[in-house]
Amino acid sequence: MRDSDPVAAFAAEVGPPAAGAVVAVGGRTQWDVGGRPDPEAGAREVGAPAGVVALEAADMTVTVLAGTPVAAVDDALAGVGQAVALPAPPGATVGGILAVGRSGLLRLGWGPVRDAVLRVRYVSAEGHVVTAGGPTVKNVSGFDLCRLLVGSLGTLGLLAEVTLRTRPLPATERWLTAEADPFYLVRALHRPLSVLWDGVTTWVLLAGHPGDVAAEAAAHGLVDAPGPPPLPPHRWSLRPGELRGLASPPPGGVPGRFVAEVGVGVVHADVPPPPRSVEPAVAGLHHRIKDLFDPTGRLAPGRHPWAA
Amino acid sequence: MSRTTPAAPAGTAALAADLAAALAPDRVRTGGVELALYGRDASVLSGEAALACFPLTTDEVAAAVRVARAHGRPFVARGSGTGLAGGAVPVGDPVVIVTTKMDRILSVDAEDRVAWVQPGVVNLDLTRALAPLGLRFSPDPSSQQACTIGGNVANNSGGPHCLADGVTSAHVLAVEVVLPDGTVTVLGGLDAEPPGLDLRGAFVGSEGTLGIATRIAVRLVPEPPAVATLLADFATVEAAAETVSGVIAAGILPAALEMMDQRITRAAEDFVHAGYPTDAAAVLLVEVDGLPAGVADAVDRIDGVARAHGARDVRVAADDAERALLWKGRKSAFGAVARVAPNYYLHDTVVPRTRLVEVLAEVYAIAERHGLGVMNVFHAGDGNLHPLLLFDAREPGAMARVHAAGDEIARVSIAAGGVLSGEHGIGLEKRDLMPLLFGPADLDAQARLREAFDPDGVANPTKVLPAGSRCGDLQSVPEGLWV
Repeated sequence: MRDSDPVAAFAAEVGPPAAGAVVAVGGRTQWDVGGRPDPEAGAREVGAPAGVVALEAADMTVTVLAGTPVAAVDDALAGVGQAVALPAPPGATVGGILAVGRSGLLRLGWGPVRDAVLRVRYVSAEGHVVTAGGPTVKNVSGFDLCRLLVGSLGTLGLLAEVTLRTRPLPATERWLTAEADPFYLVRALHRPLSVLWDGVTTWVLLAGHPGDVAAEAAAHGLVDAPGPPPLPPHRWSLRPGELRGLASPPPGGVPGRFVAEVGVGVVHADVPPPPRSVEPAVAGLHHRIKDLFDPTGRLAPGRHPWAA
Repeated sequence: MSRTTPAAPAGTAALAADLAAALAPDRVRTGGVELALYGRDASVLSGEAALACFPLTTDEVAAAVRVARAHGRPFVARGSGTGLAGGAVPVGDPVVIVTTKMDRILSVDAEDRVAWVQPGVVNLDLTRALAPLGLRFSPDPSSQQACTIGGNVANNSGGPHCLADGVTSAHVLAVEVVLPDGTVTVLGGLDAEPPGLDLRGAFVGSEGTLGIATRIAVRLVPEPPAVATLLADFATVEAAAETVSGVIAAGILPAALEMMDQRITRAAEDFVHAGYPTDAAAVLLVEVDGLPAGVADAVDRIDGVARAHGARDVRVAADDAERALLWKGRKSAFGAVARVAPNYYLHDTVVPRTRLVEVLAEVYAIAERHGLGVMNVFHAGDGNLHPLLLFDAREPGAMARVHAAGDEIARVSIAAGGVLSGEHGIGLEKRDLMPLLFGPADLDAQARLREAFDPDGVANPTKVLPAGSRCGDLQSVPEGLWV
């Protein structure tokens, strides 16, 4: 078939419920989040198509197929001085980043990844292509299924194509460091893109007009750093105000090495976080949503964003 | 007013007695002139409110929901009633749950940059309370002197200053809600990554159909260290619209980028005396903020883009007083219209920024074809059009012409790659236009979300989704609801 619509082809590959369990595969950079697919279910692996569909520089939007690597989207946008506000670990796809829903180290400046999404086209458990949201940078037409799908780990639908807002590349971007109070810096600096702290050293990423960045660096005794520090493997989610207690011994603090995202609340630590649960009413909503969106349980069996 | 009070549905007295027992007798109303107010919002639709109650606490909201359900009645939550899409108009003899007495700011945490507020807190009151801390809640709808945070959550409201920072959804961290079965729970959380699906995101903008927000954790952002406000005036609407695209294409994302056409500029100038150029075909009001060097650079570049597109003049506000005056004209624009026409219908669609010129030309042509005056004042930076269609409701057939023109504007916007609503919501007014934007499978998916929260369809029934979204038979808004 010539000029076939890649989204329709992906829907055909997913097929109707009779085609059995499926799990979407991106770059496998966060494969274990929410649990591995249940081997007993024998889910068939499917991959969303890749490619940039439309780059609307003057609208600051870009539409891409979900299998496109984030880095490839940024490469395509670099020519018009823009980028997307998604983390781009090597090999990660747009669909994978959104399905997992975890933001990167620059969430303080960019906002959470869920806010970058304007429209999604996904393949439903019935094998239909469903559109949610709209192509414009502002839209309140109907229920916000985009937010529901971000972080749903492919359990409610398989992302096929997404429209993202883009951001202008700043004139300059500098990682800086100092042995300074990160809780003071996060308030004193104007909208830093990132403030990281390991209990002793603080790293910040400043962006904008070179004169402003230089002035802020000088005012706070910040010196250039090669980049952010290496991150311990586990991820905790705290309130920003709870981070002050991190360096104290448990239970207030996190044992071992840590790098905290100040102003955000994510803590990268040597030890895994304690298990979390949701209130019974919220668990009930989760189960009803799953049952209505995927009545036969064919999408990513074994994965549970609400039980992670 | 010639409206007569309709007969209350059977069982209303018993329902009122149970509500009075659960709340307080003086916070339940079953008649009188006041009740007529709760039959409508700021849209051109109206229904009948047979019963309204005024809870003070989360527990009272939950009790009101449970009492309504025990009596087989639906419910509709309502803030100040400034909604423009009929979202708060009662349909199906609901219990109207008015949240305006839940108006306390419960806590402000400057360290975590979050405030917990009750749903009846007025948007501008929150802004004023935060000002001494150098913080703000970014969404600033034009109705901010009256609209409530609960209403902002229901409608995912915007405002001029949402261009760079996003609409309400981006500023709500958690919502305590009363679900349609009367259960109280919290969606979202104050920590970085609350576990599970983003039910907070699904709830914001759901127009009261998934439950009632009873406490809201809003994100606070710092006031910028430097701000500049520019007023650029143009000899043609096209030149102004092209400047909008030019600014964005130059990589500048202003804090706000508003456009006013000549008729609204004149009306606002007569009203406020902001010093607007009344001979300009269109003016742009642009605000940039940040650190001083970046702001100065952006001002220079915007000035250059505007002049390159034929701006006759670009004026930078010299001080805070002049800035405030320029904004006062913009924010008073809707009030100024009352001096020009007895009634107006305020539309709300979004088009890609690059299609503004052609869609605006269509808007003027559509209004002219239907014999209606039109004024345009809108959030140009995000392509969010707000044509005001002027009419006199006493003139026979005027409303029908307004509807026809409004419909055409929605169709033209969608044909240009736009959407039905940028910040007012769907409510009843645009419900039956939803199929222009979404196919049956798309509407079915939205209806599933609604069903998960509200399997019996008791929370603000008939709003947002056309009837039959789950299975295919579409029906229209009942005739009697249009004014």
